[in-house]
Amino acid sequence: MAGKERLLLTGNYAAAYAARDADVDVVSAYPITPQTTVIEKIADFIASGELNAKFVRVESEHSAMAALIGASSVGARTFTATSAHGLLYMYEVVWWASGARLPIVMGLVTRALGPPWSIWSEHADFYTMRDSGWNLFFASNAQEVYDLLLISYGVSENQEVILPSCVGWDAFEVSHTYEPVSVLGREEASRFLPPKGSFKPSLSSEEPGSLGNLAYPPEYLDIRHTMRQASDKVLGVFREAAVRYAKLTGRDYSGMYECYRCEDADTIIVGMGSIMGEAYRAVDNLRDEDMKVGALKLWVYRPFPYEELYKAVQNVDTIVTVSRSSVFGSMSPIGLDFASLIASRGLDAKIADYVAGVGGMDVYAEDFVGMVKDAHKNTGRNVWWVR
Amino acid sequence: MSHRMFPKEEYILKGHAACPGCGATLLLRHVLKALGPNTYLVIPACCTSVIAGPHPRSAFKVPVLHIAFAASAAAASGMIEALDKLGKPANVVVWAGDGGTVDIGIQALSGAAERGHNIIYICYDNEAYMNTGIQKSGSTPYKAWTTTTPTGNVSFKKDVPSIMVSHRVPIVATINPAYPNDIYEKLRKAQGIKDGLKYIHAFSPCPPGWRYDSSLTVKIARLAVETGIWVLYEVDHGKFRLTGPSKNLLDKDKRKPVKEYLKLQGRFAHLREEDIEEIQRLVDAQWESIAKLLKEQE
Ligand SMILES: Cc1ncc(C[n+]2csc(CCOP(=O)(O)OP(=O)(O)O)c2C)c(N)n1
Ligand code: SF4
Repeated sequence: MAGKERLLLTGNYAAAYAARDADVDVVSAYPITPQTTVIEKIADFIASGELNAKFVRVESEHSAMAALIGASSVGARTFTATSAHGLLYMYEVVWWASGARLPIVMGLVTRALGPPWSIWSEHADFYTMRDSGWNLFFASNAQEVYDLLLISYGVSENQEVILPSCVGWDAFEVSHTYEPVSVLGREEASRFLPPKGSFKPSLSSEEPGSLGNLAYPPEYLDIRHTMRQASDKVLGVFREAAVRYAKLTGRDYSGMYECYRCEDADTIIVGMGSIMGEAYRAVDNLRDEDMKVGALKLWVYRPFPYEELYKAVQNVDTIVTVSRSSVFGSMSPIGLDFASLIASRGLDAKIADYVAGVGGMDVYAEDFVGMVKDAHKNTGRNVWWVR
Repeated sequence: MSHRMFPKEEYILKGHAACPGCGATLLLRHVLKALGPNTYLVIPACCTSVIAGPHPRSAFKVPVLHIAFAASAAAASGMIEALDKLGKPANVVVWAGDGGTVDIGIQALSGAAERGHNIIYICYDNEAYMNTGIQKSGSTPYKAWTTTTPTGNVSFKKDVPSIMVSHRVPIVATINPAYPNDIYEKLRKAQGIKDGLKYIHAFSPCPPGWRYDSSLTVKIARLAVETGIWVLYEVDHGKFRLTGPSKNLLDKDKRKPVKEYLKLQGRFAHLREEDIEEIQRLVDAQWESIAKLLKEQE
């Protein structure tokens, strides 16, 4: 049980170890702070022979994703990582990858968007992928980065799915912070992963066909609808993969989120990423004051696990949603998601929606305590920006 | 010159959606015959995205990856690396328009060339953005009419083959649909060279875009070479040489006046006598540089 090896790794190194243990065939990436150490470490693995992969050192992120589209279309297992401006620069081909139904896996070190230039964490980049058809996962520490990336291959390459996956993690708080991480090693990981070459390549000269050619409206609709059906299978496939992963490692993600002290809670704080550690601390503090508060950390963001989350919020009065993203003109992304959950299930929980941790601002337990108390006062506002 | 016995096999099937007289389709037909079935095409947004025909069918009997406009050379890079890693040797060929090559795709092309990826990159140059309705590209000739240069293009055609030569790729060559033997030889040679990107720039007449009758495609293609406006050449590991009929055109007297080429096309119908003279001077100057280059190489 558990990882064969326990190493002191940053979130970025954990990602590189995941790519190594997934035995990827083709890596392509372009440097951007704070993603760089992911690809430097992968380059080291390739140079030392620990990973037998091709590294396409492209001249832009647009080309990085395009290279993986080319590689994945003929059956290679692929990996890239980027951040913020890199993601936006590759944005066109991000949609191409999912539309072409390719099981590419990407790490996204979430970072605020300029201007003004900022290298610190914010999830605005991550949320731009919300409707793209990518499976979106979020890791809040280095271990989760490693685990969710490996599980991503299990989900993406599942023949029922064949859609790309992205795992996000916070700039610096996770990307550059050393933590003990259990890694499986390639042999052990291969017992979990789909066998190499198990997904049917879209293109082959033995069976010439084309990928992505012009479609008239009925065919376009048909292709998109089929993609939606595949996307609808993702949560089931994720659960199954996560259960198998848990058997191998003892680390269980099959719940799709972690709910801390939620059992009898009337109020829960919902968010994702590294700030949730402080949310858990806030829960402890509020419990000391006899307030029935819990905190829910999302691992799976898209497809949005409505069914599973319903279980967590059905008896709750107040949901404090916290998105780490500048947002203008509407509720925050997580606020909107939970509003849709509540509306679609006919619940009457109140949502108090907050934006916090923008541009790398620290968010402390006291801030979450303040949000919860504020939420109970019901000031009638829609979104609060904290600090 | 006798017409080489091309393989009978057709890789462009009936029912493709090209305009009658499309130079690009004629070129691609011969290119694929030269390269054979173990060829993967990577095609960015361009006329050929349409020529290929709508989903679920494909008019091309080879695997095709359609990809975003700026992305073809990078996608081909990833594809050749993957095929190599997976132990499936094949030709990976980018087939892109001039807009997708000299403008929006030049960064990815430059990257793939610098990395030395084993791909054949073919730009079929119809000298404008045709798919979107004849707008000026960086490859539109001086003075030519397009819908965004209604009084004639004021800038000069970008010389992308030279940019590729400066990347020190093993092969840079030009081809023309009126000379299939030349196409065949150049493509077969490119196919045999594995250590680097092979860049082929193809003259690609376009009846609706250039405003001429579709029966004239091959005639115009031939006149382009005979007037010296289009030069057939090859730069093999840095060494320039003229090929096909262009070999005999160093002497100005052997070249037909450019007017013969220009007058057949509506896109040049507005040219005044002095415009034509200016274009003639530019073509002559180009041939003088070629003569100089050949001397220097001796
Ligand atoms: C990013 C992006 N911008 C613009 C377009 C629209 N577009 C599609 S094809 C095309 C013109 C292609 O021109 P060219 O590469 O010269 O090929 P041709 O159509 O002439 O064959 C344009 C502008 C696009 N598909 N993608
Ligand atoms: S517009 Fe020109 S290049 Fe495009 S298909 Fe028609 S003839 Fe060919």
